[in-house]
Amino acid sequence: MTLPQAPLQNILDKHPHDESSLIMLLQDVQEAYRYLPPEILVEIAKTLNVPKAKVFGVATFYKAFSMEPRGETEIKVCCGTACHVRGSTLIMDEFKRTLGVEEGGTTEDGKFTLEAVNCVGTCAMAPVIVVKDVYHGHMTVNKLGKLLKSLNPKKAKTTGAKAS
Amino acid sequence: MKNSKLTSPEKLARLKGKLLKQRQKQRPIITVCAGTACVACGCVPLTAAFREALKENGLEDKIEIRTTGCHGFCERGPLVVLQPEGIFYQQVKPADAKSIIEQTIQNGELVEKLLYRDPQTKQVLTHEKDIPFYSKQMRLIFGMNGHMDPTSIHDYIALGGYAALARSFLEMQPEDIIEEVKKSGLRGRGGGGFLTGKKWATCRKAPGEPKYIICNADEGDPGAFMDRSLLEGNPHAVVEGMIIGAYAIGSHDGYVYVRHEYPLAVKNLNIAIEAAREFGLLGENIFSSGFDFDIKVSRGGGAFVCGESTALMASLEGKIGEPRAKYIHTVTSGLWGKPSTLNNVETWANVPMIIEKGADEYAKVGTEGSKGTKVFALTGKVNNTGLVEVPMGMTLREIVFDIGGGIIENRPFKAVQTGGPSGGCLPESALDMPVDFDTLTEIGSMMGSGGLIVMDNLTCMVDLAKYFIHFLQEESCGKCTPCREGLRQLHHMLEKVTRGEGGVEILDDIERLCMVMENASLCALGSSAPNPVMSTLKYFRNEYLAHLEEQRCPAGVCKDLITYSVIEENCTGCVVCKRACPVDAIEGEKKEVHKINSDICTRCGICLAVCKFDAIFVE
Repeated sequence: MTLPQAPLQNILDKHPHDESSLIMLLQDVQEAYRYLPPEILVEIAKTLNVPKAKVFGVATFYKAFSMEPRGETEIKVCCGTACHVRGSTLIMDEFKRTLGVEEGGTTEDGKFTLEAVNCVGTCAMAPVIVVKDVYHGHMTVNKLGKLLKSLNPKKAKTTGAKAS
Repeated sequence: MKNSKLTSPEKLARLKGKLLKQRQKQRPIITVCAGTACVACGCVPLTAAFREALKENGLEDKIEIRTTGCHGFCERGPLVVLQPEGIFYQQVKPADAKSIIEQTIQNGELVEKLLYRDPQTKQVLTHEKDIPFYSKQMRLIFGMNGHMDPTSIHDYIALGGYAALARSFLEMQPEDIIEEVKKSGLRGRGGGGFLTGKKWATCRKAPGEPKYIICNADEGDPGAFMDRSLLEGNPHAVVEGMIIGAYAIGSHDGYVYVRHEYPLAVKNLNIAIEAAREFGLLGENIFSSGFDFDIKVSRGGGAFVCGESTALMASLEGKIGEPRAKYIHTVTSGLWGKPSTLNNVETWANVPMIIEKGADEYAKVGTEGSKGTKVFALTGKVNNTGLVEVPMGMTLREIVFDIGGGIIENRPFKAVQTGGPSGGCLPESALDMPVDFDTLTEIGSMMGSGGLIVMDNLTCMVDLAKYFIHFLQEESCGKCTPCREGLRQLHHMLEKVTRGEGGVEILDDIERLCMVMENASLCALGSSAPNPVMSTLKYFRNEYLAHLEEQRCPAGVCKDLITYSVIEENCTGCVVCKRACPVDAIEGEKKEVHKINSDICTRCGICLAVCKFDAIFVE
């Protein structure tokens, strides 16, 4: 697979070419490509003059990065303490079941990636999920069904939708 | 007003005077809280509705709409406060905008249904200051949030912002500032509780150039979000604190390391830094003093361990966020091996106040060993969740019951968890303890960054301990064995307890392992990781025993030890649960009492969630 070069060049131009830019560069690549393609990591290693192993080390250490393409829509289920005591496990299990993926997994059609995040800082609205950067608070299984339906009208056959 | 560089403290004072004069014509202000929680509750369409309604009534030029940072009472969002009276409206919908303008602004009548009703006394309260959630707080750091647009440096200056910076440059030598901070007794708000002034003094004296100033905004503790709200709602206070710190220590380069999950904080902080540069408060030759200082913002990569100072510095250098042993302190050898001062967001935000008020005045608030106020994130099973700022030394009971309004649905209080994943769970007997750094450590927990998560009788303490250990296991960087392997084993053993396996002897193994981890781990992540286990074992041993001896989870949480059944008297036979059940474990026709087949039931809890008649029973 050949990857578009244009965004990479823009990203490389934006940052100074030394090791301290590595994480910021990878963040931009992650945003542009929705994952860190290995060939781009090699390119970055060359440009910054940092060993490839180091770049791969950083790329696999931080949660913000993914070595596999992520889905079009990221569903982040907050599993912080406040959400946990208010039942986020139930929400997570229901997502796993309806989407048919495990935590961190992407649906076969590449539409959704299900992620557990440790606190998005809106604990007052626990349990919280974040979809396409929109926060949904006080989540229930019912609300979840409706939300999935609105995101993916054809496919979602969820418990919540069934019950409502 | 044209923005020109404030080349001297006098120019700043003049600008403030001009702004105040302009604002004297006191037009009514509609402040809409635009913190992340209120945004999630729909404050953006609400603001648009206000603009629309003002236009309709021809009031655009007479009334100001100000979107502010977080007011703290996130439970009741979106929040609207009408200034100068301080009329407080809660859970305001876009449809209410019109009636607020027509009734309150134009006719001086209150919109009754939007006022706050005290759940305990049933009293309807009109003003923000009368609401118990606010009236018992002391909002020295956080209070400004509600009065300004965080993206407006003018708002900050009009409220007295950067006056402390002017004072430090005009009247103080760097040593005086350090002395003042020392005298104030300010201790690091990120959790360590180290004396800030002492840290600064060591860094100033440390040999080596350049020196670095770092703001730790990698707020990783789940259940704590005060740093986010400060950066979102009052970024200039943090910037001002950092400039003062830089001047005191003799540093020209500052970094703010912000958590990956906080996009709005990054945005508002960048706007603030840009504005400070434009006004000459950051950059070269600040206040024509010859002193240069600038700040860079760095987004984290999403690793909890990067909240640890040495890991954070490694991450700033573009490396893997692994901590190192700290026999050489970071104040001597930190970022790129140079002397570095790292303080947390809230600590930096305290600095301008100390300089402005003076250390003696500042130190009047708080306890012997912990001065000033502390912002706590009050969450969990409590009625009023949100951010609360109280003087150090207030009791947990006052925070949970007076400010927090008690437990949801009046259920019994079980525990409050303080200090994040490495903190501890405190029982009812600890409720009357004063909250400060030393007391919390004494009773087996810690201040941490200030998360207070309240739990009721429906929270299983074993499950909670397992949750924290699982969290820490995922976040352990893997460098040292006691932490990496210890957490894995600890999680495995707790998993067994939640299944009722292992016998009582397993508790001895757990305690022994905890001791090893406490003593042998490289950084605080590993050495404090046993806290949630040890504190729950200390105060809630009975729950562990119930799992192990009676194969019973008293809170009805641990899936292997509970069963779901239908309460016959309550069941109306509505078939909602039957349709919802993902594994078809519920039997019974319409209008007949349903039955749950335990052999098929996966205890997912969906029937409990969808039943409207309280007919599902868990034991």
